[in-house]
Amino acid sequence: MTTSDKQACCSCGADSTAGAPSGTVAAASAGRYILYAVILLAAWYGLYHSLAAIAGWITYSLLHLTRGAHLSSAVEFFIFETPKVLMLLTLVVFGVGIVRSYFSPERTRKLLAGRREFTGNILAALLGVVTPFCSCSAVPLFIGFVTAGIPLGVTFSFLVSAPMVNEIALALLFGLFGWKVAAIYMGTGLLVAIVAGMVIGRLHMEKHVEEWVYQTVVGEAVVGTMTWKQRVRYGLDAVRDIVKKVWLFIALGIAIGAGIHGYVPEGFLASFMGKGAWWSVPLAVLLGVPMYSNAAGIIPIVQALLGKGAALGTVLAFMMSVIGLSLPEAIILRNVLKVRLIVVFFSVVAVGILIVGYLFNVIM
Amino acid sequence: MKKIQILGTGCPKCKALMANAEAAAKESGVEYSLEKVTAISEIMKFGVMMTPGLVINGEVKVVGKVPTVAEIKEMLK
Repeated sequence: MTTSDKQACCSCGADSTAGAPSGTVAAASAGRYILYAVILLAAWYGLYHSLAAIAGWITYSLLHLTRGAHLSSAVEFFIFETPKVLMLLTLVVFGVGIVRSYFSPERTRKLLAGRREFTGNILAALLGVVTPFCSCSAVPLFIGFVTAGIPLGVTFSFLVSAPMVNEIALALLFGLFGWKVAAIYMGTGLLVAIVAGMVIGRLHMEKHVEEWVYQTVVGEAVVGTMTWKQRVRYGLDAVRDIVKKVWLFIALGIAIGAGIHGYVPEGFLASFMGKGAWWSVPLAVLLGVPMYSNAAGIIPIVQALLGKGAALGTVLAFMMSVIGLSLPEAIILRNVLKVRLIVVFFSVVAVGILIVGYLFNVIM
Repeated sequence: MKKIQILGTGCPKCKALMANAEAAAKESGVEYSLEKVTAISEIMKFGVMMTPGLVINGEVKVVGKVPTVAEIKEMLK
């Protein structure tokens, strides 16, 4: 459309909306969205980078706490970290929400159908990161995948990466430790998912899936595409849902972290969570399996532990096993898997996490 | 007559969808029947892999999220 046409349409007055091609209207609202996005991002950035100063001001000028005291250290940590983590969470959950609006379990199922080992496992692990997933979808998803002809091992690669390599964990790791640690977590998480899936696939445990699963008739739900407005709404809904669910865990996690930060002496944890203690990694994994926390609550604790001398490998292993393997998940999966397969599933993933833990204690 | 089915295994979102759907149906004044489908084998027949799901007259309208009362009213037209 040429500029002269545009001017002619605009000067048509009352007729201009009727005559204007949908292109200009869409472009105008897209432009508005982008403007809002830029303004909000700039505001977010400004506030985020002022948090440290604000926390310091509140602790020392407003509350008149003495510098260097354990309590002030803990309080300043809490006042700084809580809004920081919440802001980070909001941004990342929104961003990932937009990405996820392009994916759905139905679409992933189609993408993975008929894939073989290796490429299937890699694709499944990657899709696990971006496909919307919650504990409520574990069972239907498993049934849907298996009946679509997706190999058991490939399905498991998805089931490992979906809960473990989640955006909350990555957001918080990125915000608290920098992009390198976040990238490491994502990389090793994907690796564990891929390898665990391949191992389970090789074990040919199809007989340990409840028989009725293969008998299930699965329909084809036609899911339409979303407009940009719907995607933004999806992202905002995701932020509201997740923040509502986890803000208390975050506050508690940070409070515990603040306590550790303010009161535990430096290097205290190095003795039993440091590199030297070879048994710290298996212990961390064993402790993590029965524990269930969402990523939000565990990461502030992780930060405090690292700050006091715990080794990175041990802490990563702990975090992965808390988030990735949980008793509630095992119970839910009992609906579709026989006990032996659940045990094998958890064991293979636990071993994978163990190896990651050791690897990092050795490298770092 | 609109046949409204809520697909879900009992999570809080499923209950919220049920409430919204009931409110929307009442407000729009259409004749309707409201049914909750909780058996996984039945839910899978619709091809829904993430609960909750909203089905109107056999057509899957929403998967995996809770639409507002206004949105459901639109779908009931």
